[in-house]
Amino acid sequence: MMKKIQDQDLERIIGQLLRYGVLLSSLVVLAGGIVYLIRHGGQLPQFGVFRGEPDKMKNPVPMWKAIVNGEGRPLIQFGLLILIATPIARIVFSIFGYLMEKDYLYTLITCIVLAVILWNL
Amino acid sequence: MTILVFSGLLFAGALAAGLLGSLTGLGGGVVLIPLLTLLFKVDIHYAIGASLVSVIATSSGAAAAYVREGISNIRLGMFLEVATTAGAVGGAFLAVYLSTSVIAIVFGIVLIVSAVSSFVKQGDNLLTGPGSRLTRLLKLNGSYPTPQGRQSYTVKNVVGGFLMMNVAGVLSGLLGIGSGALKVLAMDNIMRTPFKVSTTTSNFMIGVTAAASAGIYLKRGYIDPGLSMPVMLGVLVGAFAGSRILTKAKVSTLKKVFAIVILLLAVEMIYNGVNHKL
Repeated sequence: MMKKIQDQDLERIIGQLLRYGVLLSSLVVLAGGIVYLIRHGGQLPQFGVFRGEPDKMKNPVPMWKAIVNGEGRPLIQFGLLILIATPIARIVFSIFGYLMEKDYLYTLITCIVLAVILWNL
Repeated sequence: MTILVFSGLLFAGALAAGLLGSLTGLGGGVVLIPLLTLLFKVDIHYAIGASLVSVIATSSGAAAAYVREGISNIRLGMFLEVATTAGAVGGAFLAVYLSTSVIAIVFGIVLIVSAVSSFVKQGDNLLTGPGSRLTRLLKLNGSYPTPQGRQSYTVKNVVGGFLMMNVAGVLSGLLGIGSGALKVLAMDNIMRTPFKVSTTTSNFMIGVTAAASAGIYLKRGYIDPGLSMPVMLGVLVGAFAGSRILTKAKVSTLKKVFAIVILLLAVEMIYNGVNHKL
């Protein structure tokens, strides 16, 4: 019976993790969006042609520098980064959960999922 | 049209997509990309990026509730995520080599499959018994809460389901959608899991699948913050509102109307793809 309870604990914590991750990221995106609209709201949108994003929208270090400079777009991007990290954090958490349950098969399966995701980043 | 007005319209459009997607169970992602490319004339690469982040937001938000209620089969989801994440990574790489026309046509076909599958009556599966050796080894059999207590069930065709999930993952990575319809199809029709378990476990998996390809899209510069911000917030608010009114609303007519809208969008996407207009 002990194992059953631990499974449910795991589910409860995973649920909380997902909820707070989405909440935090939306708040950051909203804050960045307000700054962005104040700074650029009067300009014309240009999404019709694909040009790719500059470095500060792709890499955390230049992103952070631009956020400190008070730019809105990198702050939005940082919020999106938190969002993308949320399900990945759920995977990492599950690895520890299965380890504590001594379910080594699922520890391995979860590690494979994590490796597939991180390998390609 | 200024960025302020454009963002406002995007927010409203995404909110409607999220609301309808959650009320009908078809997901907001399927209409988001046609909406962005056909109506707002956004480049399909940016549209895919914005759609992917919205998919992560809504699926994680919804999954949080289902996981806590103990409906989702976490082990089944985790095992099948091996297939979907590997597929999603492959799909994201494939997106570089395929022309936007081909992507638009594939998208149209997936839209048709999603719309049609929503009309197929879902029989409520319930297999019991010990299950195969593989399902026991992988501990895939589970139980879900009913008013009469927890109901146990068995799953079958693990290999077939796994392969189908791989396809769903490729399409998710290529098109920037959750592929919820295909995931449910794989679990419902191939693995024979109970419908409630299929839908909630699929939802649980969508976030991880989308995160696998979203990381690649972000590094590649496909995710534009100015576009993604109103889209993600709009879809999230719409989906949340939808989940609140779902219990009170009668959705069968709405579902039919929405499926027809999706079919029309599919035709338009394929037409534009064939004529190289996207």
